[in-house]
Amino acid sequence: MTIRTLRDHGQHYRPRMACLKKVEAFVVEMQDPKSGVKASDQKLNITSIPHVITGQDILAWIVTKMKVTTEEAQAFGTMLVAYGYIYPLQNHRKLVLVADSTLYRFQTPYFWPVQKWPAEDIDYAIYLAKRNIRKKGMLEPYEQEHYNNLHKWMNYKWDFIVMQATEQYKASKERKKPDRVVLDCQERAYWIVHRPPRRTHSGMDYGLDRLIDPNAEEVLTYDMVRRTNIFLTQALMRSAVKSSVSLTAFVKYVTTHHTHDPLLTNPVPSNPWITDNDEFWQLNMRNVDIPTKLSVERWALSFWELISDQRGRADFKLFLKKEHSGENMAFYEAAEEMRWGAATAIPEKSQFIFNTFLKPGAPRWINIDGRTMGLTVKGLDCPHRYVLDAAQTHIFLLMKKDTFYRYLKSPVYKDMQKKALVPAPHNFTDAQLEANAKNRNPGISPIVLWQQQEAEKAAAAVAARPIDVKAMVATNKLDRK
Amino acid sequence: MRFSISPEMATQEVQPNETLSNLKAESDTLKTKLEDERAKLHDVELHQVAEKVDGLGQFIMKTRRTLKGHGNKVLCMDWCKDKRRIVSSSQDGKVIVWDAFTTNKEHAVTMPCTWVMACAYAPSGCAVACGGLDNKCSVYPLSLDKNENLAAKKKSVAMHTNYLSACSFTNSDMQILTSSGDGTCALWDVESGQLLQSFHGHAADVLCLDLAPSETGNTFISGGCDKKANVWDMRSGQCIQSFETHESDINSVRYYPSGDAFASGSDDATCRLYDLRADREVAIYSKESIIFGASSVDFSLSGRLLFGGYNDYTINVWDVLKGTRVSILFGHENRVSALRVSPDGTAFCSGSWDHTLRVWA
Repeated sequence: MTIRTLRDHGQHYRPRMACLKKVEAFVVEMQDPKSGVKASDQKLNITSIPHVITGQDILAWIVTKMKVTTEEAQAFGTMLVAYGYIYPLQNHRKLVLVADSTLYRFQTPYFWPVQKWPAEDIDYAIYLAKRNIRKKGMLEPYEQEHYNNLHKWMNYKWDFIVMQATEQYKASKERKKPDRVVLDCQERAYWIVHRPPRRTHSGMDYGLDRLIDPNAEEVLTYDMVRRTNIFLTQALMRSAVKSSVSLTAFVKYVTTHHTHDPLLTNPVPSNPWITDNDEFWQLNMRNVDIPTKLSVERWALSFWELISDQRGRADFKLFLKKEHSGENMAFYEAAEEMRWGAATAIPEKSQFIFNTFLKPGAPRWINIDGRTMGLTVKGLDCPHRYVLDAAQTHIFLLMKKDTFYRYLKSPVYKDMQKKALVPAPHNFTDAQLEANAKNRNPGISPIVLWQQQEAEKAAAAVAARPIDVKAMVATNKLDRK
Repeated sequence: MRFSISPEMATQEVQPNETLSNLKAESDTLKTKLEDERAKLHDVELHQVAEKVDGLGQFIMKTRRTLKGHGNKVLCMDWCKDKRRIVSSSQDGKVIVWDAFTTNKEHAVTMPCTWVMACAYAPSGCAVACGGLDNKCSVYPLSLDKNENLAAKKKSVAMHTNYLSACSFTNSDMQILTSSGDGTCALWDVESGQLLQSFHGHAADVLCLDLAPSETGNTFISGGCDKKANVWDMRSGQCIQSFETHESDINSVRYYPSGDAFASGSDDATCRLYDLRADREVAIYSKESIIFGASSVDFSLSGRLLFGGYNDYTINVWDVLKGTRVSILFGHENRVSALRVSPDGTAFCSGSWDHTLRVWA
């Protein structure tokens, strides 16, 4: 059957199936007797079936029409089969487009997925009952399962279902054989798409329905509009940046990070996923002695990049230690921990932070302006996770605008730049690659690494505690002689 | 002008219809005013600025690992910070932790519900969070002992009134951000299960979220079935910015690596780039031949490439600056449902409804 025009039968597009409108228009063009895919009559099991098309013809037509590569056309063709617009005549369970002489037919518009009615269970029950009669009880296993299920919960309607099935069966027997075969094929294809057997990937299997009904009219309440107005007024008050400025920033970001992107510039020594050798990861671990030159360059890009890299942060802390201003970083880390930590730990942490960093005469007193200090200390009376925000931002900006640039000019950093490794790129032979693939390094579990890190932090916390002179004298550790 | 307080005024009821239409009119004028203001700042297009940038050469990516083991559609996946481990969840309720480099399965949990649509790896690597049709988000601490039953230590953290669509840990293991089909997002404290902040503003299911990578780290974005992508302030719970240019449900949102922009993938078969500082959409990634929706998007490390997994079983790779398609990757046998680039950018992983995950590099 061919159709020439697309008539909108008041079809409601299913939620998330808006794409099907375009697909439909496409399928109509495909069926055009003059410019569409060439159809012919084919013999299938004695009967001659009209309007049969081959896979390679479909593919060639899509390639010409959409001006795409063969592979893309194949993908699109497979979608046409998966949604049930075209169905295969032989291997009817595999809903893919095979680009050879495999035979397909166009599905009748009655069975297109855009129809207003969803594939109801009762229709499926009638179909299965009819098939049962025809095959004299020999249904396929997945069909049998569905049949048993439906029989169980639709039992009260079963007489009606069997009656419908027998009526349809009798009606079909009165048709001519070729028509009967075609109609059977169409119906079977429809149900394979809407009730796919296991291992069949059908396009109509679209997952869970979303809660909202996209075809429902949007009801705008008074409250909603009022809120929108408030939002818009606030948006107007906020200033935006000129496109030229922000877009140039994107280009700059991309260009500076180009060499650091492993998918654009081959990483040295090699991409672990390609060569199965994980040296790249080992050279970039948190506690490695000498970092790679690429990492060291990346630290210079911005303060955030420096402290995001654990090795970089460690280096920065070393520099701060030399400058005797380690308390800034320690405060920043403590504040971060409080902000992202558990709610129950907040009072204890805020107390610790106050005693260590904020109170007058504290061992690691941070140097912030009086106003911020006053606000923070006052806020600590009723601590919440964002109470240190003002102080933290101040310290962060201080480090970012001042300490960071001094770090880049410091001997610590310059030394690191000289020492940094430039690993030689790997050049594996095929045999070596095969060997690599067999001996992939399992690496260390992140749980073990985390435990190590926590142990290190605890040890550092103990070491950073202020020395209690009296206790040391009491245990005779401090000899006054 | 004399004001007289007449008795009728005190008992006068607010005429809802009258004020509603007034409000709507005001809303329209505000919208046009905002658009005009933003249009004044729009002096150049992205591809114009990108003209001086070199084009990308031939781009070849292949499947380097195929992870087989799920018995049903893979719905979601996430990378561990160690750059090689992955957690993935599927329709049959199974959540599997893989070492993708060796393709070994390390842990497996069976959730009591089907359709586990959200899963996330904790920053420490010691726990995973997952949820779906059970309306909850549960955290499972992982252990080194292979025989331990992880379900015993499960902790139920989030409770929504409808399905959980996405979840993500913030900068530590102690907080989780979730989004749900009930139209809200919420921030939870893991230890106590307490709701720290809830975010209302979407008029329909919220399908995806992503946390800002920037130094302030205080915002996140969400995309929903109301075609809107919203930017939220985590501290106050307010929606700071909103973008409504998509024509259909937004399936996935992802921040640009610098934190100043984000991309979204939608059922209308387009991916779009939004500039947060200029407060507008700056690019649309679409083609005539791409008809089926994008389910998942992610950027490469430099932000030059945008990977999109689509419902027609393919993955399209876009040049973010020039707006052209660099490559199209085939291999999956059913729709691509999840796509994430690894933390160090060496590869990306795609999960699909064909029961497998593929790592590409």
